[in-house]
Amino acid sequence: MSQSTTASSYNYAYLDEQTKRMIRRALLKAVAIPGYQVPFAGREMPMPYGWGTGGVQVTATVIGPSDTLKVIDQGSDDTTNAVSIRQFFEKTANIDTTEKTKDATVIQTRHRIPEETLTDGQILVYQVPIPEPLRFLEPRETETRKMHALEEYGLMHVKLYEDISRHGHIATTYAYPVKVNDRYVMDPSPTPKFDNPKMDNCAALQLFGAGREKRIYAIPPYTKVQSLDFEDHPFEIQSWDEDCALCGSKDSFLDEVILDDKGNRMFVCSDSDYCQSRRDDSISPPVEHTLAQAAQMQSVNSEASK
Amino acid sequence: MYVAVKGGEKAIKNAHRLLAEKRRGPKEIPELSIAQIKEQLSLSVSRVMAEGSLFDEDLAALAIKQARGDLIEAIFLIRAYRTTLPRLAYSLPIRTDRMTVERRVSATYKDLPGGQILGPTFDYTHRLLDFDLMETGDGNLSEKSEPDTGESQDSKASETEMPRVLGGLLNNEGLIQAEKLPENEEEHPVGDLTREPLEFPVDRDQRLQNLARGDEGFILSLGYSTQRGYARNHAFVGEIRLGTVSIEILPPELGFTIDIGDLEITECETVNQFQGSKTEPPQFTRGYGLVFGQNERKAISMALVDRALRAKEMGEDIVAPAQDEEFVMSHSDNIQATGFVEHIKLPHYVDFQAELGLVRRMREEQQDAHQQQAQPQQAAE
Repeated sequence: MSQSTTASSYNYAYLDEQTKRMIRRALLKAVAIPGYQVPFAGREMPMPYGWGTGGVQVTATVIGPSDTLKVIDQGSDDTTNAVSIRQFFEKTANIDTTEKTKDATVIQTRHRIPEETLTDGQILVYQVPIPEPLRFLEPRETETRKMHALEEYGLMHVKLYEDISRHGHIATTYAYPVKVNDRYVMDPSPTPKFDNPKMDNCAALQLFGAGREKRIYAIPPYTKVQSLDFEDHPFEIQSWDEDCALCGSKDSFLDEVILDDKGNRMFVCSDSDYCQSRRDDSISPPVEHTLAQAAQMQSVNSEASK
Repeated sequence: MYVAVKGGEKAIKNAHRLLAEKRRGPKEIPELSIAQIKEQLSLSVSRVMAEGSLFDEDLAALAIKQARGDLIEAIFLIRAYRTTLPRLAYSLPIRTDRMTVERRVSATYKDLPGGQILGPTFDYTHRLLDFDLMETGDGNLSEKSEPDTGESQDSKASETEMPRVLGGLLNNEGLIQAEKLPENEEEHPVGDLTREPLEFPVDRDQRLQNLARGDEGFILSLGYSTQRGYARNHAFVGEIRLGTVSIEILPPELGFTIDIGDLEITECETVNQFQGSKTEPPQFTRGYGLVFGQNERKAISMALVDRALRAKEMGEDIVAPAQDEEFVMSHSDNIQATGFVEHIKLPHYVDFQAELGLVRRMREEQQDAHQQQAQPQQAAE
């Protein structure tokens, strides 16, 4: 076994070609049956389960030298795990990367869909922790697969109804269940429900990889994706009273940034590329501020208003 | 003052540098060698090989060194390496009845063909710290081993003198259930969880593979739970053996077997109670445990859980976690478990923001409702 101790070089994009073929077969099946969870023989990856091993396997399988990759986590290209995954593909697939949504051919994401509308030919790869939307209603895989097969989704509707009777709202704010192509109920991964409408009739191919749970599913381009709701309680997305403190956006998903221990806070776009390009395109302030400057202004303003 | 989350790249680089420094520790203390870990921390090496599913003592020792002694991290390193290795051949089943035995005990017979061989075990040590080891010392090494009185057998007993307790001795009387073999291995090949996705229900081959790779602590606790009454299947250790077996492959183009190396393994077979049923006469049942290296704790626990998981096959009620294959197999893998448990330290601020918004809104609505309720009352007073 002595030769095994010498450093060996890995295949293009880390996975061996047999594994890629196996994953491609699963992807083809997933695209053919939108929203259906296809079991696949997920491999151990050189990053931990929970860090996006499913998404990384899907990306490694669909990516080629001519692709341009963007990786986001929480909407941002700069979060540590997004940086780490981007570096992994730079190293193993020798690929061009970008932070610009429109320049990317493949976008791997955790917890967000970019604000900018995706276009034909783009692929959005989601990292999925728990692919089964019914899991927290029924922990057994044997049962949930049966429920999907029989299109037995009553339990999910009862859950949503109970939310309304208890809280007055459907108390699901992320991983909000959707029905794909009028057939399978699907977990959109823990994206905020704010992003659900972007999945509907999306021009891009959406691929979902759950590494630990070893499931792949997909939404082909221009497929109907409907968030579950009731006639008298229609689905609605989150909105904020504030605008983005950096770019002034009124219609993007905002992250709350705590400024001090006196309750001062500000809101900024979660999608860092969207925010940056709005600032680049805009002519009027407060666009030229860095986040830190904006924060300072914000706390001065709120001090003054007291 | 909040500083914008930029510079993740630099932070990662610095974190890795710090980690390397921490791993090495103070420079004035000599660095551990792979040989030292392999030879002197061999039980750690055993565990990493077993749960990493790769028999390579050097790589396991390297992983332990790189992981700063964190065995689950070391197992992870081995797993991530293993998954890239090509499958060159499948070996023939190993023959544990032909094991070169280093230790072999049976708890069911006082004496038996092949004898009881204690071997290198902690079993009868008094757990007193040996302060001699604080300094470099040889501990018990200076004591000469005492010659055998002749009661027990020579430890170099040959294979014919050491039949397996369950397969060889108990089976003679038909007192133990026969192990079912697949009729045709071409049509029913042994499963491999690392190559095929797990789909329930599963067969025993996949369950055993899962248990063999499973976390020692998890399997131990599950095994323990069966002893305390959660699916009790009162077990005797029919036999436990530790030693080396050779691995053979049969290249189709050659038509004869080739010995490609040795494995150190621990094997445990338990004898469990069974009342019999309409179709089966009263007989004992079996549990089976097999792990790489020396690890009796894991081998015994595995046998207990294997027996518990055979509930369906035996027509027993499934009432306890250890009998529930979906529960056991979905949660036994420590690489999966540690990844998912620890991933909640990654950023979740988008989801949290979504929850925050909802909770605030619900609180506002509740407050408004209370105020509206309170106002008419005040008016009435």
